[in-house]
Amino acid sequence: MLGLGVDRLQADINRLLTSLFHQGVLDEQFLQLQQLQDDTSPTFVYDVINIYFDESEKLLRNLRLLLMDREFSDYKKIGLHLNQLVGSSSSIGARRVRNVCAAFRSASELNNRPGCLRGLEVVEHEYHYLKNMMHELFQLEQQRLLAAGVRYPV
Amino acid sequence: MVCEMETDQIEEMDVEVLSSMWPEDVGTEADKQFNVEKSAGDLDMLKEVDIAEKRTMADLKRLPELMNSTHQGSSQLTNLVKQWEYMQDHAVRLLREELKILTRQREEAEAKEQKIIEEHNFESQEPENVPVLDETSDLFRRFRQKKRDKLVDSKTIEIDEEFDTVAYWKQKALSLEKMLEASTERERRLIEKLNESLKTMESHSAPVEELTQNLKRAEGFLHFILQNAPIVMGHQDKDLRYLFIYNKFPSLREQDILGKTDVEIFKGGGVKESEDFKREVLEKGKASKREITFETDLFGSKTFLIYVEPVYNKAGEKIGINYMGMEVTDQVIKREKMAKLREDNAVRKAMESELTKTIHITEETMRAKQMLATMSHEIRSPLSGVVGMAEILSTTKLDKEQRQLLNVMISSGDLVLQLINDILDLSKVESGVMKLEATKFRPREVVKHVLQTAAASLKKDLTLEGNIADEVPIEVVGDVLRIRQILTNLISNAIKFTHEGKVGIKLRVISEPSFASDNVLNEDAEEQNGLIETSVWIRCDVYDTGIGIPENALPCLFKKYMQASADHARKYGGTGLGLAICKQLVELMGGQLTVTSQVNAGSTFTFILPYKVATSDDHSDDQDEFSDMVDHQPEPDDTTEGYFQFKPLLGSIYSNGGPVMGNNFLPHKVMLTSPLKLINGFITDSSNITGQSETVQVENGCYMDESRLETRSAHCPEPGHQYENGNGRCPSKETESCSSSQASSEGGPLEMDSELTVSSHREEEKTETDLQETSKPKILLVEDNKINIMVAKSMMKQLGYTIDIANNGVEAITAVERSSYDLVLMDVCMPVMDGLKATRLIRSYEESGNWNAAIEAGIDVKTLENEQVCVRSTNRLPIIAMTANTLAESSEECFANGMDSFISKPVTLQKLKECLQKYLH
Repeated sequence: MLGLGVDRLQADINRLLTSLFHQGVLDEQFLQLQQLQDDTSPTFVYDVINIYFDESEKLLRNLRLLLMDREFSDYKKIGLHLNQLVGSSSSIGARRVRNVCAAFRSASELNNRPGCLRGLEVVEHEYHYLKNMMHELFQLEQQRLLAAGVRYPV
Repeated sequence: MVCEMETDQIEEMDVEVLSSMWPEDVGTEADKQFNVEKSAGDLDMLKEVDIAEKRTMADLKRLPELMNSTHQGSSQLTNLVKQWEYMQDHAVRLLREELKILTRQREEAEAKEQKIIEEHNFESQEPENVPVLDETSDLFRRFRQKKRDKLVDSKTIEIDEEFDTVAYWKQKALSLEKMLEASTERERRLIEKLNESLKTMESHSAPVEELTQNLKRAEGFLHFILQNAPIVMGHQDKDLRYLFIYNKFPSLREQDILGKTDVEIFKGGGVKESEDFKREVLEKGKASKREITFETDLFGSKTFLIYVEPVYNKAGEKIGINYMGMEVTDQVIKREKMAKLREDNAVRKAMESELTKTIHITEETMRAKQMLATMSHEIRSPLSGVVGMAEILSTTKLDKEQRQLLNVMISSGDLVLQLINDILDLSKVESGVMKLEATKFRPREVVKHVLQTAAASLKKDLTLEGNIADEVPIEVVGDVLRIRQILTNLISNAIKFTHEGKVGIKLRVISEPSFASDNVLNEDAEEQNGLIETSVWIRCDVYDTGIGIPENALPCLFKKYMQASADHARKYGGTGLGLAICKQLVELMGGQLTVTSQVNAGSTFTFILPYKVATSDDHSDDQDEFSDMVDHQPEPDDTTEGYFQFKPLLGSIYSNGGPVMGNNFLPHKVMLTSPLKLINGFITDSSNITGQSETVQVENGCYMDESRLETRSAHCPEPGHQYENGNGRCPSKETESCSSSQASSEGGPLEMDSELTVSSHREEEKTETDLQETSKPKILLVEDNKINIMVAKSMMKQLGYTIDIANNGVEAITAVERSSYDLVLMDVCMPVMDGLKATRLIRSYEESGNWNAAIEAGIDVKTLENEQVCVRSTNRLPIIAMTANTLAESSEECFANGMDSFISKPVTLQKLKECLQKYLH
C-alpha cells in the first residue's frame, strides 16, 4: 500500500509461478506468453488468459451439455471441442489442463461415456484450479503494479 | 623549634648508628609519611614569606590570614616545613656520622702517638722545637704534651743547670719566650678557625630562604599548569563575598570583585542560580558540582561547570566556600547537539518501527484477504462440483425421498456457494480487481427479471411489483451483471425482512446529483469505450413494507458481516455481506446507495447510478454475452412495459412453512398478471407432464438454481436450458437439442456463430493490412483457436511481421485465392475443413491452375472463378503445418498432403523464427 512491498510481491509472484511450474500446472509455453508481453501490449498475458477462460468456459459448457444428453452419441463433436481446448491450453502453457483434456479425448475416441464423464470432471477440476491460480497471479501482479507505481516526493 | 627538632633527631639517630649511608630516595618515603600526617605546626615563619604574584587577583593581606585560619592552608604550610626540616635532619645526620668517624680515627692516632712518645720519653731530653702544628687538635695535644714535656723538661733543665745561676735563668727565660710565642700562634689559629666555622654556620642557618624557594617552585608549577586553562578559581566567605579569585582572563579589576558577591558583580541569567547553588553547598556542607549557563552582559552566554566545596576553619566552623569553574560552553553545545541527534534518531527509529508495524499489519491484512479469497476459490471449485453433480443427479430417475434429499442438498450447497460468492465479490471489489463492463441492456427487462426470479423462489404471501417511469430509456449502457446483482441482493433482502404487504422496485430518471461531479473517472472510462452518448442518472428505489430498521442500526448497516441486531441475525440468517457488496458495487460504478427506514413500516433502499444512453446502431461485441437476458423477451410490447406485478397464490404451501407434498398444487407458486412468456412457457411445459408431485420438486429445484446462477450469471448465461434438456421433459427444448446435435456434425452451430463473427472481424483487418504492407512478406495463419491466433499474432508482431488470419480450411482457400501469400501456417485439426484437405486443394490448384477440386469439395464457386489465379499458380506456396503431435497429425501425413514442413504445437517464438527464416529468405 505504501509501495514498499514491490519486492515481496514480486517474490510472491515468482513463488507462485514456481510452484505452478513445479506442480505441472504450467509449462514453458507460459513463459513464451510472458515474453510476448511488452510495452506495446502491457496486458497481453492477462488478455490472452482471459480470452482463454472465456472460450474454455464455453467449451466446457458445451461439453457438459453434450455429455448430459441421454441419447448422446456425438463423440466426434466432443473430440472437436477437446481439440480446441487442448490447442488453446497448450498455447498458454496450461499443461495439466492439456494433459487431462488429452485423456478425455482418448476416452471420447473410444466412445467411452463413463470415461468421458470422468474426464469432464477432471478437466473441470483442473480448469478451475488453473483459473484460481491465474486469478491469484493476476491479483498479485496488479498489486505489484500498484505498489511499483507508488512514488514519493523526494 | 628547629633546634629542638634537631636534637630530637640526633637522639633518634644515635640508635641507628650502624646504618651509616642512607639511600637518597628514602627521603621521599618520609615525605609521604609527612603528607599523610596533617598536624598543624607552627607557621609563624610564613608571615615573612612574600608571595610574589603578578597575574592573579588576590587579596594578599587576606590570603595568609586565610592560610593561617583554615585547615587547608595550615596543612600545606606544615607540609612544606616538615619537608624542609627533614632535609635538614638528614644533612645533620650525615655530618654527625662523618664527625664520629673522624673522632674515632683521631683517637686511634692519639693512642698510637702516646705509645711512641712513651717509648722514647727518656731518650729525648731536649725540648721539642717543632714550631707549628696544623691541626687544632694536634696543636692542642702537643700543647698538652709540651706542657707536660716542659714540666719534665724544665725540671730536667733545672736539674741540669746549676740552680740560680745566670745561665740557668737565661735558659729558662729563652724557653719560656718560645712557649709564649707558640701559644700566641695557637691562639691566632684558633680564632681563624672559629671565624671560618662561623661563616659556614651562617650559610646553613637560613631555612626560610629554602622554604621560599620551595614555595616559589610550587607556585611556578601551578602557574605553568593553570596558565592557559579556562578556569576560574575563587574563595568566598560565608556571605559569599569574594576573598580571592583567580581568573585567567580578567575582565574586571580586583577591586571590582573582591568583597562582593556574585549578584553584586554580574547581572543576568544563571547568576542567581550559581549564588543559590553556592549557598546550598555552604548550608549542606558537602562539595558538589553543577553546570550553570550564564547569560550576562559581561561575557555573553557561557556555560560553566562549577565545583564548590565548603571551607572550615580549625574549629570546624564553616567560613566560606572554595569555588572552581571551568568553561564548557563548546562541550555543552556539542553534547546538546549529540543529545538532540540521539533523540531524533530514537524518534526516527520509533517512527520507523511504527511504520514497519503498520506495513506489517497492512500486509497481513492484505494477505488475510488474499487468503480468504483464495480459500473461497478453493472451496468454491469443489463445491460447485458437488452442487453441479447433485444437479445432474436430480435429472436422473429418482424416487420421491431421494429427490427430496437431493433438493435439500442442492439448496444447502447453493447457500454456501452464494456465501462464498459474496465473499469473493467483496474481496474483488476491495482489491480493485473487479472490472466493470459497459454493455447495453434494457432496464425494464432487468427489473422484471429480478422480480421474476424473486417471485419464483418466494415462499411468502407478498406482492412484488416493478414500476418504471416512462422517461427511463429503453436501452442504457452499464454493467448489467452488477446492476442485477445489486437489485437481486436488495430484493432478496427486502423479501427476507418482509412478512406481508409488498416489495417493489421503482425506477425514474433524475437530474445529476451533487456528488456526481467527483466521479469524472468513471465517465472517462466509459467514454474510452467509444460511447459518446449522453448520460442519464437513474434512481432506483427498492422498497418494502417489512420490519424496518431502527435508526441506531443505520450506520453499521453497510458494514461487513453486520446485521441490524444479533437477534435478527439469528432469526433471519445471512452473512451480512450483501449490503456491503451492494454499496461497494454502487460506489464502484460511480453512484450512491442510501437507505431510509421506519421501524415496522418498511425500508427503502435507494441507489442512484449514471448510465449512458445507448443508440440503436451502436454495435457491441459483448452483445451475445448477455443475449440470454435480452433475447428472452423478443416481443416489442415488452420493451416499453412500465409496470409489473407478481403475486403469490393464496394458500401457498410455503406460507405454512414445510414442503408439503401434494398432488393438487400447481407447480408454480406465482400467479402472473403480466405478459410473462417465459414462465408461461414453463407452466405449459410442465403441465403437459404427468406426475405432478414430482414436478413441484423438480421445478422448484430448477428455479432455485436459476436464482443462484443469476447472481453469478457471469459464468453461466444459459442455466435454465441445461436442465430442461437433461430432464427430457421439455419437448421444444428437446427438439432444439436434437437439431443442435445434427448441426454439430458439420461443425456445430455454436462454433459457427462465433467463428463467423471472428472471421468477419479478421476480414476487415486483412483489407487494411493489404494496403499497408506491400513490401513485407505476407503470411497467412490458418487457425481456429482464438488463443492460438492471439499468441501467434503477438509472436509475429515481435518478429516484425503482420499476418492474416483464416479460421478454417475453407477460409484459407478463399484467402489464398484472393491474394498472394509468401507463407501459410496451417493448423491441421480444424472444423469445417481441416488443414490437410485445404493444403491438398491448394496444391491441386497450383498444379492444375484451377480450383476445380475446391469446387468439388463444395466451396463457393463464384468467388473462386477469378482469372488472376492462373498467373500466380506457378510458384509453390510454402505451407507449414502446425501439429499438436497427436497420432492423427503425424508428420508423414502432413508431408503426404503436400505440406512443406511442420511446427509442433505449442508454437514458440524460437520455432517460429527458425521457420520464417527458412522460408522467407
